[in-house]
Amino acid sequence: MPFTPKAAVKEVQELSILAARAFFRAFRRPFYVRDILEQMDRIGVGSVVVVMLTGFFTGSVLTLQSAKSLSAFGAKGLTGRLVAISLVRELGPVLSALMLAGRVGSGIASELGSMVVTEQINAMRALGTDPVKKLVVPRIIATTTMLPLLTIVANTIGLLGGLFIAVYVLLINGNVYMSSAWDGLEYVDVFGGLLKPLVFGAVVSIVGCHCGLRTHGGTQGVGQSTTQAVVAASILILFFNLILTRMFWPPS
Amino acid sequence: MTGPGLEAPVIQVKDVVKSYGDNVVLDGISFQVRRGETKIIIGASGSGKSTILKLVMGLETPDDGQIWIENQEITGLSEQNLTKVRAKIGMVFQESALFDSLSVRDNVAFQLHEMRMHDDEVEARVRENLGFVGLLDAIDKYPSELSGGMKRRVAIARALASKPEIIFYDEPTAGLDPITSRKINELIIALRDMNGVTGVFVTHRMRDAFTLASQYAESVDGKVEFRREGQLLCIANTRFLMLRSGKVIFEGPDEVLRRSQDSYIKHFLE
Repeated sequence: MPFTPKAAVKEVQELSILAARAFFRAFRRPFYVRDILEQMDRIGVGSVVVVMLTGFFTGSVLTLQSAKSLSAFGAKGLTGRLVAISLVRELGPVLSALMLAGRVGSGIASELGSMVVTEQINAMRALGTDPVKKLVVPRIIATTTMLPLLTIVANTIGLLGGLFIAVYVLLINGNVYMSSAWDGLEYVDVFGGLLKPLVFGAVVSIVGCHCGLRTHGGTQGVGQSTTQAVVAASILILFFNLILTRMFWPPS
Repeated sequence: MTGPGLEAPVIQVKDVVKSYGDNVVLDGISFQVRRGETKIIIGASGSGKSTILKLVMGLETPDDGQIWIENQEITGLSEQNLTKVRAKIGMVFQESALFDSLSVRDNVAFQLHEMRMHDDEVEARVRENLGFVGLLDAIDKYPSELSGGMKRRVAIARALASKPEIIFYDEPTAGLDPITSRKINELIIALRDMNGVTGVFVTHRMRDAFTLASQYAESVDGKVEFRREGQLLCIANTRFLMLRSGKVIFEGPDEVLRRSQDSYIKHFLE
């Protein structure tokens, strides 16, 4: 499909329709509690290691770079503060979300896509079950609740990775690093830093479900849907990140 | 019991038109299926046979025309109301369409769980239906471990789980060897003759179509036996509907179809 403004608008419209449908049907019986828990396990618990690695390497790199820049101004002691702010406000939420777009968004799209291609979605409808309720709603709930938690994990591991680098590579006092990190954070950082992954989680799951459900044309179609899901979710994450950052941390 | 003709048809399709883009798949199709009747829809690949099932099932909506199921018009119904109509119909999909993340047991139990049936009852019903298709041994297997023929039989068991009065078969024997096809056909004949299920059977294989139209099942000392119709007994509950490029070109029993002088039909029967 060529990327035109008209196609993009249509895409956004379809995403909104699916999101609205999922939202309203989520409050109507039956509730698929078992499916929600299963998805939480697959999406949340299954992504912990990836997110921990992401956090660790990001925190470490951030510490190395920050210390280098800050020592030019003789402010090496503020390294913890800069790392904490960058991690909690931006890199923790965004990188965790991008990892999830690659791992979970693609998984959702390919799973639902194969179900469309093999007529399992039609079979489900024929058996009197609404695929939006049974498949889409549990995935959205699981992803939106799990991504904030995963972001907390990424931030924590990131700060610890930074501490490790600060103490053993940069020879900064560990207490100085941690207390400057702690002082740097304000409530709005924590709140904004947790609201971001909530939005990103919704983006990843809704885009994944949408791309999966509109799959057509056999196995090749499933591959296309998967790619589209990852690309579209990643771009949307970066877009919403800009909007949310402007909202929570307006330029003074 | 009302005699044939007095009762309203179970399925009524009137002037239905359906196209995908510029491709007109169904161009004004009308037919009826009476209670207990099996309608065999035949036609070349791409003649819109499967589309009819999807429209009657409410999985897709026609561009024009009307469809009734048991006196209820389904065209224009919301997805939620359609769900209630679909509960009356079981469907066996072309490639089985089993849920590959679920075991055979959970596939057959899917609709029963949805209906909030008690667990013991679900298990009993699952065993009963798997027993009927002869696959009780496979209850704990997953679809990926089954052969094509076994998958179709599980799909039939799944379609039967809620005891529907109407069953749709979308090419249930496609791609199967003759012996397995025969088993599937016998299941369908048994459902028709022993349980009085109303059926719509879509196929392009004339051999299967004529098997259905010329054999019947009867119970002999509690065992189901299959017999061929003879001079005295002629199967009246199975009728053909033949499609060609989106239009109905024949409707009636097999005897008439075989004697047809239409060159396309003659060619197709060979």
